[in-house]
Amino acid sequence: MSDSTTTVQTDRHAHAHPPGLQHHFTNMTQQFEAAKLGMWLFLVTEVLLFGGLFVGYGIMHSKHPEAFVAAHHHLDWRLGALNTIVLLLSSFTMVMGVWAAQTGQRKKLIAFLLLTVFLALVFMGVKYVEYSHKFHEGLLPGKFYSHQGDTVPGQFMFFSFYFMMTGLHGIHVLLGIVAILWITFRAWRGHFSAQYYGPVDITGLYWHLVDLIWIYLFPLMYLIS
Amino acid sequence: MADAMTPTAAHGHPDYLSENKGLWNWLTTVDHKRIGLMYLWSVTAFMIIGGLLALVIRLELLTPRQTIMSAELYNRAFTLHGAIMTFLVIIPAIPAILGNFALPLLLGAKDVAFPRLNLASLYVYWIGAAMAVSTLLLGGVDTGWTFYTPYSTTTGGGVSMMVLAAFVLGFSSIFTGLNFIATTHKLRAPGMGWFQLPLFVWGMYSTAIIQILATPVLGITLLLLVMERVFHIGIFDPQLGGDPVLFQHFFWFYSHPAVYIMILPAMAVMSEVIPTFSKKSIFGYKAIAFSSVAIALLGFLVWAHHMFVAGMSLFAGAIFSFLTFFIAIPSAIKVFNWIATMWRGSIDLKVPMLYAINFLLIFTIGGLTGLFLASLSTDVHLHDTYFVVSHFHYVMAGSNMLALLAGLHYWWPKMYGRMYNNTLATIACTLIFIGFNATFLPQFVMGSRGMPRRYYNYLEQFQTMHVASTIGSWILAAGLFLALATLLASLRKPKDAVPNPWNGRTFEWEAGSPPITHNFEHTPVCIYSPYDYREHPVPIAEEEKSAH
Repeated sequence: MSDSTTTVQTDRHAHAHPPGLQHHFTNMTQQFEAAKLGMWLFLVTEVLLFGGLFVGYGIMHSKHPEAFVAAHHHLDWRLGALNTIVLLLSSFTMVMGVWAAQTGQRKKLIAFLLLTVFLALVFMGVKYVEYSHKFHEGLLPGKFYSHQGDTVPGQFMFFSFYFMMTGLHGIHVLLGIVAILWITFRAWRGHFSAQYYGPVDITGLYWHLVDLIWIYLFPLMYLIS
Repeated sequence: MADAMTPTAAHGHPDYLSENKGLWNWLTTVDHKRIGLMYLWSVTAFMIIGGLLALVIRLELLTPRQTIMSAELYNRAFTLHGAIMTFLVIIPAIPAILGNFALPLLLGAKDVAFPRLNLASLYVYWIGAAMAVSTLLLGGVDTGWTFYTPYSTTTGGGVSMMVLAAFVLGFSSIFTGLNFIATTHKLRAPGMGWFQLPLFVWGMYSTAIIQILATPVLGITLLLLVMERVFHIGIFDPQLGGDPVLFQHFFWFYSHPAVYIMILPAMAVMSEVIPTFSKKSIFGYKAIAFSSVAIALLGFLVWAHHMFVAGMSLFAGAIFSFLTFFIAIPSAIKVFNWIATMWRGSIDLKVPMLYAINFLLIFTIGGLTGLFLASLSTDVHLHDTYFVVSHFHYVMAGSNMLALLAGLHYWWPKMYGRMYNNTLATIACTLIFIGFNATFLPQFVMGSRGMPRRYYNYLEQFQTMHVASTIGSWILAAGLFLALATLLASLRKPKDAVPNPWNGRTFEWEAGSPPITHNFEHTPVCIYSPYDYREHPVPIAEEEKSAH
């Protein structure tokens, strides 16, 4: 009886697991595909989260077109365009990072990830300059709106959406920075290889979505005249 | 040697309840079965709180004037009852308890795809629950669980906290749904194609689609509501150029699909229980599977039927009315398929089957009364009356609760390895059936005669029916208490359940009762359809009996 017990146990732990494989998956491919599917599903929820704001923006814009157009002149489209370029570049460096991970080039992976973080910080820096300008002018959401000398009334509504949408997007950029730094740390510790790079890949997917949302935000906020 | 003779030790692994005992091991577990059980007891606790509130509300309505509390307290009581029952009980009940416990077992998997995310969903649930309860300290909420603007943006109390609690609880729901979709896609046993999936899995999968697609929209709606309260951003405030009806559109875009988050899992349980206790292959497998997906998708196109009197064009109303009738079809397909499954089956009236038959009756009443509300002209008369209250209690509360109890009695031997007292459980089931109908059938009548919902005082003529309803609530409470006590009492005795007490055909019955931590000693392979009753593919029950 005890013999058969031992046999079962050795059988269970005999085959060596590749590093990074969790107990409930059969092989690395299955684990990678599950993680990727999970991230795509999460991105769907993100699209719908922002989708609610886009719908709200669309409805209020159609109700108050003059106020929205007048309000958007307070934004500097050159700063918006600069940030668009910065985020597009960061998506490119992220893609290069994923490529470096797939080909098992640890140093390049770390370099590209850090470059992505740098570009994300540039984005947030530009956003800081823009936000502090709006704060200074009293271009604030809802009841805190105190800008003087408006010719078209109701411009606070535009800034309600401006701050909610770019604010929520900014939170996503910050979370992205944290995620990429975590991945960089794991890369530095040598966790990834050409066989195991799933976390880099799905973090990349997330980062591209953050970029994509900005690509929609930029024309809606800065280019509606 | 003597130890080795017990069924669990014979295989060399202790079951999931015996391995790594202790509170800390439970709180840090990633085992889907333990997470399911922790959800079970958390949801039960809130069901008791929400149920006690319901009893208090019914007691207040015993007389036409003030009975036990003030009008202000009454508003807070029914809001808290609605919010707790919706967000903390009904939505998580079947997916998070039975889904977490059974879905990986039914697929022949070791766990869900993302076990740590699964545990995170439980912690998020606890945080959301604590936030919801903390509104009591902030003076309560008196908006009703729907938080309609403009009242919700002007009233005081803990509205923001309650709204944020619902926002947080949404993440818990999303995590569960995300896990179920990935698990169903990637962790099926070898040989298990999409049409060998047990129908419980199809139901959970359809539920998960709604959780993924609808919950984020509720999230952003609730955030906008909080922003409106804090910053007066104007989107829902007509004085600032906004639109309060827009809130209703946003809210019901989630909350109508959420009704299917509540009923699809209940249907999923039915599709397992009914064939097992009819000892007959399910009738119309593909029709049931596709009708689940159809409900999930059509559910997104009917939200405005909650708003026929809220100010909407007649043309839009007619379209939403038509679509609402349309969505009754897949639900009816399921009911007819279950009945056809029972037809000429060899029906075994065990407790889970009794609950399932109760479900069929209650759900049919709930579904058919929905058609009155889907009609534009009758809805104008019935809107915001007790007819609506009774209708949604039949579909949301009654159907969901009966299916949860059916599933719980069905998988209880698998969860805890113990059989409960059949007689007491049958009495409990009977009391619940009588109590539920006694509570809510009179509400249909008084609603159709004009008794408005949420009213604190009412005309003398409605008192008889209110009294009947209140007495019904006591019978219902007694039945639920007896059901709970019967299940708990079974835990006092040693484990006595065989692996397959009901002669089910799905994979979970091939695992031990209770299963080992990794579920199966050997990964099962799918050869037979999950509802193949023609022969007995793996006679595990007999084998284990002889091992005793």
